[in-house]
Amino acid sequence: MPKVSSAPASEPLSGLRPGDIATIVGLHTADDALRQRLLALGMRTGKTIIIMRQAPFGGPLQVRLGSTDLLIRTNEADKISVRKT
Amino acid sequence: MKRVALLGMPNTGKSTLFNRITGGSARVGNWPGVTVDLLAGKLLLGGEMVEFIDLPGIYDMHGYSDDEQVVRHFLHDNVPDLVVVVLNATQIERQLSLLLQLRSLDLNLIVLLNMADETRKLGITINRRKMAEMLELPILLVSAKFGRGVPEVLEAITRTLRYPTPGMAEDLRAQLENDDHIEVEMARVLSQSVEIPVRMSDSDTDRLDRLMLHPFWGLPIFFLIMFLLFKCIFLLGQPLQSEVASAFTAIRESALEPLLLAVLPPPLLGFLLDGVYNGVATVASFVPIIVLFFLFMAIVEDTGYLSRAAFLMDALMARMGLDGRSFVMLLMGFGCNVPALMGTRVIRSRGQRLLSMLVIPFSLCSARLQVFVFITAALFAPPHAPLVLFSLYLASFAAALLTALIFKKRLSSDEPFVLELPPYRFPTMRQLWLRSWHEVSHFLRRASLFIVAGVVLAWVLTNFPTGAYPGSLDTWAGMIGSQLNFMFAPLGIPPELTIALILGFIAKEIVVGSLAVIYGHHALDALANTLTHQLDWVQAYSFMLFTLIYTPCLSTIATLRSESKSGGFTLVALAWSLSLAWLVSFLFYQAARALGY
Repeated sequence: MPKVSSAPASEPLSGLRPGDIATIVGLHTADDALRQRLLALGMRTGKTIIIMRQAPFGGPLQVRLGSTDLLIRTNEADKISVRKT
Repeated sequence: MKRVALLGMPNTGKSTLFNRITGGSARVGNWPGVTVDLLAGKLLLGGEMVEFIDLPGIYDMHGYSDDEQVVRHFLHDNVPDLVVVVLNATQIERQLSLLLQLRSLDLNLIVLLNMADETRKLGITINRRKMAEMLELPILLVSAKFGRGVPEVLEAITRTLRYPTPGMAEDLRAQLENDDHIEVEMARVLSQSVEIPVRMSDSDTDRLDRLMLHPFWGLPIFFLIMFLLFKCIFLLGQPLQSEVASAFTAIRESALEPLLLAVLPPPLLGFLLDGVYNGVATVASFVPIIVLFFLFMAIVEDTGYLSRAAFLMDALMARMGLDGRSFVMLLMGFGCNVPALMGTRVIRSRGQRLLSMLVIPFSLCSARLQVFVFITAALFAPPHAPLVLFSLYLASFAAALLTALIFKKRLSSDEPFVLELPPYRFPTMRQLWLRSWHEVSHFLRRASLFIVAGVVLAWVLTNFPTGAYPGSLDTWAGMIGSQLNFMFAPLGIPPELTIALILGFIAKEIVVGSLAVIYGHHALDALANTLTHQLDWVQAYSFMLFTLIYTPCLSTIATLRSESKSGGFTLVALAWSLSLAWLVSFLFYQAARALGY
């Protein structure tokens, strides 16, 4: 994955707060099933992702990709690296 | 007969379209190589019968999920003459990937853009002609919900069916090429035929979600909705259930008995009325509950709230290996386990669905509550009775929790938990009725024979050998009760109550009545009086714990079997709940006695 030194460092999706907007820079998972599902749901490198909210008691994140809203557990969100914009 | 398969991602309105096309005529069919239920319906098109099949919604042809494998197996073993690909036009930017994957297979395809009217609101413009040209596929606009464009779709299907049926390659996956070229192709098609605004406008869904998914108010609102849902289904359902039961009794007493009494010998009469007829009445008593359950559950599902419930409850349920949807079904199980088990079909991962089905039968349903209310009133002082009932509800939750924790490793979900949160939508009445109708007919076809057979068996056990007083210790059931005494004595349960447990296996509604027969009373207050002499409170509580946990009823078992399609799983579920019931009652009874009660 290309890295530009002047851009802010990438961080896992799970580290973002509601209201944050970020660009997906990579999916880091050896789990093929998860990878395929994320791709099919539109989680591709370069896409913009908006954090809508987090569920009570450390539950899943609600994120928006284009016109689709997704629920993603923090375990899975750990594996997606993003760069805040 | 020509075969047309409907394929698309979840939340595209594919099933709505399927219902539009086939109406109420759809049936669950069996297909080679496919283990899940698929709805199929027939329609006369261009002078020829055409069969439509509703394939499960999938994200990806490569995928590893249960549904994705089902679709691959289906396409491989039952090559359709035509695949109708339904795309949600508002999500065209990502749904195109599935279409491009399908296009790389040798299939006849037509493409439907559903919910095209919603794209305008979102500011998305799709150039259909340009897209059709680039993809070299027919593309039609349709509104499955309101039926717009459906006649044109049927015309296009009729035209396309004149082409010869393609053959399917031996290895579907090998034919699906690398995703890289799909990504490039997708970008090319999208850039030339679709315009998407950079930021979506603030929609009604967003405004509603700000309240419904509020960090603090979200959960109280969820529980309020669940409470209302429960009240609607079961407050309306239980009177209907008893209406059906009394209608069956009335027919029996006024017509069947006077008519048959003279002509049939008593054993045959008993077999027909107490066995077969009662079995049919048991099946019928579930019909109103199932209709109401799916009527209201379809509202919760079709409006998009069920996914929100999954969001709100996930943190808690994930620890049990379940998700929020399982929690909704578990709650509904406190009304009746049967529709709650059927409702788990919304959970698409088999492991997670089986785990939910294993847990639901521990929900203290209304039929078990009747038994507990009677026994509690007979054996406990009025100030203690509510506490006793409350403790039984706690025991019910504890048994469910324990079961989930023990089995979550074995039945863990192999599917990633990434759920879509669809926008809120108004359900249509037509959809709601069709759903209820499908579920009831499914229950009747799959579970009724099993239930009737079980009721007949219980009749045989409690009425033979000939000469034995029905329900007494001299019958086969009584003999079994006495034989099993070595197992039930350590629980404080006498043989008479063991017979009631054998009958309670059929339905908890008949436990109190059967106790009356067993102890030879007709009036319930006399029975209550006898029970207080026969049992002390420790025995009674032990009996209630066993009744709570050992198994809800025959109809639940029949539903477990028909929904899991696995006799092995049903046996495991049964063996586990029986063992747990024994263990819990044993520990309670022995501990209470050891403490001097």
